[in-house]
Amino acid sequence: MNQRVSRRRLITNGLAAAAGASGLAYAARLATRYGLIPPDSGGIWGVGETLTYATQRILMSRHSLAREFNRSEISKVIPVSGDPPRREAYERLLAGGFANWRLTVDGMVARPAAFSLEELKRLPSRSQITHQACEEGWSFIAEWTGVPLSYLLSVVGVSPQAKFVVFFPFDDSWDSLDLPDAFHPQTLLAYGVNGEDLPTPYGAPLRLRVARQLGYKSVKYLSRITVTDNLKNIGSGRGSASPDSGYSWFAGI
Amino acid sequence: MAEIAYVPGVAIQTSQAQNPLRHSALVRCTHWIFAVSFFGLVLSGLAIILAHPHFYWGETGGIGTPSLFDLPFRTRQGGPSGWGRSLHFLSAWIAVLTGAVYAIYGILTQHFRREFIPAPAELSGRSLRTSLLDHLRFKRPLEGESYNVLQRLSYLTITFLIFPLIIVTGLAMSPVITAVVPQVVTVFGGHQSARTIHFFLADLLILFLIVHVAMVMMAGFSSRMRAMILGRATTRKETV
Repeated sequence: MNQRVSRRRLITNGLAAAAGASGLAYAARLATRYGLIPPDSGGIWGVGETLTYATQRILMSRHSLAREFNRSEISKVIPVSGDPPRREAYERLLAGGFANWRLTVDGMVARPAAFSLEELKRLPSRSQITHQACEEGWSFIAEWTGVPLSYLLSVVGVSPQAKFVVFFPFDDSWDSLDLPDAFHPQTLLAYGVNGEDLPTPYGAPLRLRVARQLGYKSVKYLSRITVTDNLKNIGSGRGSASPDSGYSWFAGI
Repeated sequence: MAEIAYVPGVAIQTSQAQNPLRHSALVRCTHWIFAVSFFGLVLSGLAIILAHPHFYWGETGGIGTPSLFDLPFRTRQGGPSGWGRSLHFLSAWIAVLTGAVYAIYGILTQHFRREFIPAPAELSGRSLRTSLLDHLRFKRPLEGESYNVLQRLSYLTITFLIFPLIIVTGLAMSPVITAVVPQVVTVFGGHQSARTIHFFLADLLILFLIVHVAMVMMAGFSSRMRAMILGRATTRKETV
């Protein structure tokens, strides 16, 4: 009797364990396929990053818009963080008023291209007054004007296999977005703030604006955009320069 | 003892009646997991504050705009707020998941109704005054007594008001969450207000923790610790 019970228990426990393990493996495969695993999912912090990223992507609508504000709510002061790139290439373009600056768009696209600032300004534009918080805690409201990234991506034709859009500035603070954020209507390549051209410390001539993530995702001083299906070979392979200095790739929280 | 030794079942019952189970295994596990994650949250919260120890009211605020109050810390850029944020969110996940297990258990087993909700008679002015005076006189509770009315009211407030509020004010700082549910931040009057309220709620929880530990020490540290670790206030008598 005793033996029979223990054998039965052994079998049910074994089956439960096998089901649990294969369930976990299946969940991990599904999560990867549906883009629920962030590129910095490794290590102890990766557990929290993955939970946050997957939950936000599952529960939240990919098209929900960040809050927009009235002109009267625009902040009088926009704090600046970081200095413009001290790179010869950047300083030469800055001195020339960015007349020779081009934004290169390449990678997994049908029609790689390079755009001048004037060409970008002739494309359909969008202005939005949004709230921007820095991960340090401070925040401000400003009006940003630029080309929706989704429009530019449709011009160059993104491959169906692509998974990420990578942004390279003139300094080392490169970053990347998954496609839901890259194609989000409020994601801009901004050349204007509060009705004027982007001042140098704010990222001239062109910066990224990601309305639903913290400030450090909005890469300044853009030089090149690459579309890819794999971030492993870029930098330390964690999707952005941020994880190298302790910050997470996904900054929606 | 001699006659009990022949009737093991009775012996167990007698021994358990004298030394009842104070905390179920689930309460003990969730208590300690939560304690560790709470420590992680406080430590990482402090690390995040060090990056910008200024607090504001309303939607926006930063260097160059008037603050509500400033903490006397030197600003440390980068560094601590990076691992601080990672530790904060990992701890928050553990705390919230553990809290959810505890809350479901507490509702299903009527733990909250039995242990937290005071009897109507206990809420009279006289009863509250007596309990308050007992606390002020540092009167030790009788061994084996269930929670007194002030304990019940504080546990109720912490569990069902402060914890939900600190979670919501935390979510109110997430730009993805506010894009989906803007009310989560507008109800507090803006992003910076939510951040400031989050800070004050954390202070309340730290205050609660200090009083909680002080009360445990006053009521008998080793027996209370044993009860929260092993389940019973005194070691089980080896009667069988």
